[in-house]
Amino acid sequence: MAALGAPLRTLRALLRELRHAAGRSYRDSPAYRHVVAAFRAHRVTSEKLCRAQQELHFQAATYLCLLRSVREHEALHREYHGRGERSSQEVAGLVGFRLPQQPGGKG
Amino acid sequence: ERKRFYQNVSISQGEGGFEINLDHRKLKTPQAKLFTVPSEALAIAVATEWDSQKDTIKFYTMHLTTLCNTALDNPTQRNKTQLIRAAVKFLETDTVCYRVEEPPALAELQKNEWDPVVAWVEKRYNVTIGSSTSILGPNIPASTKETFISHLASYNMWALQGIEFVITQLKSLILSMCLIDRHITVEKAVLLSRLEEEYQIQRWGNVEWAHDYDLCELRARTAAGTLFVHLCSESSTVKHKLLQD
Repeated sequence: MAALGAPLRTLRALLRELRHAAGRSYRDSPAYRHVVAAFRAHRVTSEKLCRAQQELHFQAATYLCLLRSVREHEALHREYHGRGERSSQEVAGLVGFRLPQQPGGKG
Repeated sequence: ERKRFYQNVSISQGEGGFEINLDHRKLKTPQAKLFTVPSEALAIAVATEWDSQKDTIKFYTMHLTTLCNTALDNPTQRNKTQLIRAAVKFLETDTVCYRVEEPPALAELQKNEWDPVVAWVEKRYNVTIGSSTSILGPNIPASTKETFISHLASYNMWALQGIEFVITQLKSLILSMCLIDRHITVEKAVLLSRLEEEYQIQRWGNVEWAHDYDLCELRARTAAGTLFVHLCSESSTVKHKLLQD
């Protein structure tokens, strides 16, 4: 089984990601309710190495990775790849030129 | 880019499975089929993807939705046998089996990081894989391929789409099996898949807009694929133990 750490930590981080994704009413979202219910349901077990509990934890960690990576990827995209091409006006301006104005057509 | 045209996202249960509702409209696939998924947890995750969109819909961030669309539409029109064959074929060019001889530091890193996962898979599936420094790659015995073919046949079509997706992303059948079998985390699988890149980054420096961008995208896709496989192949039952007096 993968080295996952404490389930509580994963749960907290996952709920935080859901809050980022959903906004104000994140506690009413189906995802939040499902995650909390799933963790509660698997909490009580008399076995030390409960397989279902570990499987749930792995799933939660995977979903956490998904939400986190999508958020980080989008942030990087906005920062570095979001602006698109410069217009020809801007390009001319970069070297101190202006586009010529010609009557009746483009420069 | 499309603007967000809906207020509420909700789930409902239909005849074929769980459906996604955007306001009062039912979500459809690119080929206009009704969007139904077999698992409620998967439907919830897809609904969350749609609900997280702010002003514009960024389809490139909605990996689970994309995977469901692929499973429903099957645009490459492959059947189960063809999918399995494509997956197992990757073993011939598996990343963790292709070793360098130079530089020695990288060769050592590959040995230390990749040998354990190869050994784990060999032991778990009782097969021989090995590794190679030749350009032709390792020589995979037919019996090894047969073992993986019959193992993958135990997964349903949806899960197989997910498995093939993960293999294509990680460029490794071995890493994908470790991931699906929960032996390693997504972060670890991605790290091992990008081992040489990480080595070069350590040596020459990190370029955020390229390295981190690719890293996050690969993590997102791999995590989505793994989650998709597990949600499509699980069935959960809750057994209540009776209290003993």
